[in-house]
Amino acid sequence: MLRYALKRLISLLVSLSVASVVIFAVIEVAPGDPASFMLGVNAQEDTLAALRSELGLDGSKMQRYFNWVGGMLVGDFGTSYTYRTPVSQMIADRMWVSLPLALYALMLSTLIAFPAGIYAAARRGKPGDLAVMGATQLGIAVPNFWFAMMLVLIFAINLRWFNAGGFVGWGEGVLPGLHSLTLPAVALALPQAAILARVMRSALLDILSEDFMRTARAKGLSRRQALWRHGVRNALIPVLTIIGLQFSFLLAGSIIIEQVFYLPGLGRLVFQAISARDLIVVESVVMLLVFAVITVNFLVDLAYAAVDPRLRSRS
Amino acid sequence: MSLLQIENLSLTIHGALILKQVNLTIDPGQIVAVTGESGSGKSMTALAVMQLPPNGAEMDGTIRLGGQDLLTRSEVEMCALRGASIGMVFQEPMTALNPVKTIGDQVMETILIHKAMTLTPARARAEEVLTRVGLPSDRFPLSRYPHELSGGQRQRVVIAMAIALRPKLLIADEPTTALDVTTQAQILDLLKGLVREYDMGLLMITHDLAVVADMADQITVMRQGEVVESGPTRHLLHNMQHPYTRMLFEASGHQVTLPEPAQSHPLLEVNQVVRDYRLPRKGLLDAPRHHRAVDGVSFTLNRGERLGLVGESGCGKSTLTKAILGLEEVQSGQILLDGQPVFTGHKPNLAVRKKMQVVFQDPYGSFNPRHRVARLITEPFHLLETPPTGSERQDRIAEMLVAVGLGPDDAGKYIHEFSGGQRQRIAIARALIIRPELILFDEAVSALDVSVRAQILDLLAELCEAYDLTYLFISHDLSVVHTITDRVLVMQSGRIVEQGETDQVFTTPKHPYTQTLIAAAPRLPELGKVPA
Repeated sequence: MLRYALKRLISLLVSLSVASVVIFAVIEVAPGDPASFMLGVNAQEDTLAALRSELGLDGSKMQRYFNWVGGMLVGDFGTSYTYRTPVSQMIADRMWVSLPLALYALMLSTLIAFPAGIYAAARRGKPGDLAVMGATQLGIAVPNFWFAMMLVLIFAINLRWFNAGGFVGWGEGVLPGLHSLTLPAVALALPQAAILARVMRSALLDILSEDFMRTARAKGLSRRQALWRHGVRNALIPVLTIIGLQFSFLLAGSIIIEQVFYLPGLGRLVFQAISARDLIVVESVVMLLVFAVITVNFLVDLAYAAVDPRLRSRS
Repeated sequence: MSLLQIENLSLTIHGALILKQVNLTIDPGQIVAVTGESGSGKSMTALAVMQLPPNGAEMDGTIRLGGQDLLTRSEVEMCALRGASIGMVFQEPMTALNPVKTIGDQVMETILIHKAMTLTPARARAEEVLTRVGLPSDRFPLSRYPHELSGGQRQRVVIAMAIALRPKLLIADEPTTALDVTTQAQILDLLKGLVREYDMGLLMITHDLAVVADMADQITVMRQGEVVESGPTRHLLHNMQHPYTRMLFEASGHQVTLPEPAQSHPLLEVNQVVRDYRLPRKGLLDAPRHHRAVDGVSFTLNRGERLGLVGESGCGKSTLTKAILGLEEVQSGQILLDGQPVFTGHKPNLAVRKKMQVVFQDPYGSFNPRHRVARLITEPFHLLETPPTGSERQDRIAEMLVAVGLGPDDAGKYIHEFSGGQRQRIAIARALIIRPELILFDEAVSALDVSVRAQILDLLAELCEAYDLTYLFISHDLSVVHTITDRVLVMQSGRIVEQGETDQVFTTPKHPYTQTLIAAAPRLPELGKVPA
């Protein structure tokens, strides 16, 4: 197990290094000079040069790459071109919204999807299964911003249980913070839950036709006991893959939901930075997201090994 | 009173009649074998006793276990009987165990689910039964996972699960079909011993008549859902009443006469061939380890000769086959076909490749279901520089289909329209169509029913006559190799341990391994020569 973890860890470090080179190269070749963008078209050449030097844009490419990576390792992401504040501070502020939101949505999606998927698989072809399948079809087809608007309409405007938007901040305490993230989390979670429930159902159905399920029944387990004791853990392997992918998506892909609920999250930060050609912010956030995705994949790999003993001994 | 009494059992699935008026009785301590070809309903009979038939099944008649009718039991009552009063062992030991649970947990589950014991005595009982089936806990602790065991060992675990609560009735559905002959002999011995020791009744489902004859007290022969004949083993073998029973036994021991091999001019020469597979490194800095699958193998196959290759799973048969076909490069040694190497540089030699074709085991998986037969059997044409076109192509297709016993009209059909035996004929047509110098048969008749197998063996003998075939016949089935080859190679752990004339090797084996193999293979009694 330890060796397996070590191997995955090495692969994680290699992926991160490669990703940092690629991100840096892509941003470098992108047209547009942040200095001239900030100073406008009529800027003097010597003013531009001064600003470039201040922003650290005048060194060689190699030098700038190592400055950037070296800075990130100690938590210094540089200074935003447009806001003139440390990028690390900007990201940290947004992270406190985006990370809890992603985790909250993932938790909701899992809590909805697991029972729904297991229920549908256990009642394959019966009305319960058809209902779940119909609902998940709807969940996949309907865009999440529509859910978001419906949730606002029902729970914020009519019932007044939640605010229609904005984030109160964690300073008020954990519960008010979670309260203001609930509607966005539900809007994010519903489509994800629909996908996850379908994956859970089809993975379980595959497992149900396995020989060892028949063996379990021959031992005297009821259908339900066999499903829970032998089916669910085996079905977790494909489900974990999807959960890993969904987390990465939830962390960065919630721009629209952040916009609908007016949340100061990472998605909005990237969106604004791209519009303002604030390359250092874009670079840093993208790197951070890559880091998150790769780390989540690493954790998913470890979870595979925890679930499946064959992976532990193969390495 | 009988232990199990099946009376007039009929079973339909979505209205289709699968079992018709089946009658069967088993006494305590008795082994009853149900035999027949695929589709005869033998497995369905077993599943009916377990009350685990497929969805949509409806049953009629009575199944009495110790006097109680199982068909009137509720699902909850059946759950209490399954595993406790009736144990079951399945065909595929590789997939019959849950891969993510330890063998100890899985054996203990049988005990705990019936609340027969608390945890500690259940653990002790699990150790005891695993020891009884030949997996002592000092070498096979309860914490082992199924993937750490071989096929035979896994089947022992499945048996341990089935007998953990000493059921009165044990059902074994093809328990040794997926195993090697030596392992098969051990598992059959184990089952016989358990029946004696626990005074269980054993309902044994098998298609292998040699196993049936060797093992059973009573035989029931089934065909298309009906019992055609049943009786005490010796009596039934001595005077078979039903023509189907007679046909089955004749087909099982079917012999063919091959024409005399023509010349003795070498076609395939295999010299000191070594094939290593890389294994994962033990530590990060260690040198990579190797598994030597084929270890210095040498032999010659003459033109017009039929050569057999036998050995148990993992002995290197398939690796050697792949090397001969030029599908994998060997680490040392040389393989020549007609004096030309099958591998030149690091690439397969296409000039040699078109002189060889192969027929695989699985008649269901080895065809693309979206192509018509004409396209399937002309696939090897891509090896030719000028493949036949137009009417010449049609003629070749028709000729081949007729040669393998099908009609020219079959060229336009899809593969799902054919039975397993017909598919294997199509596979042979595909191999023959470019008139290769050498054909490799890789377990080509192993998946077929005995009567179909007999027909395919006849077909091969006819084709030998008509086309002067030269082939290498790879099989684990000694009786088939015995009749269909002139010479045989015996392979063990990557080496050829014995080779010679087939008859001679089978009657007077010299190497101890060959002797073990031949002794372990269950033998079919010669018809009419069984003492009454």
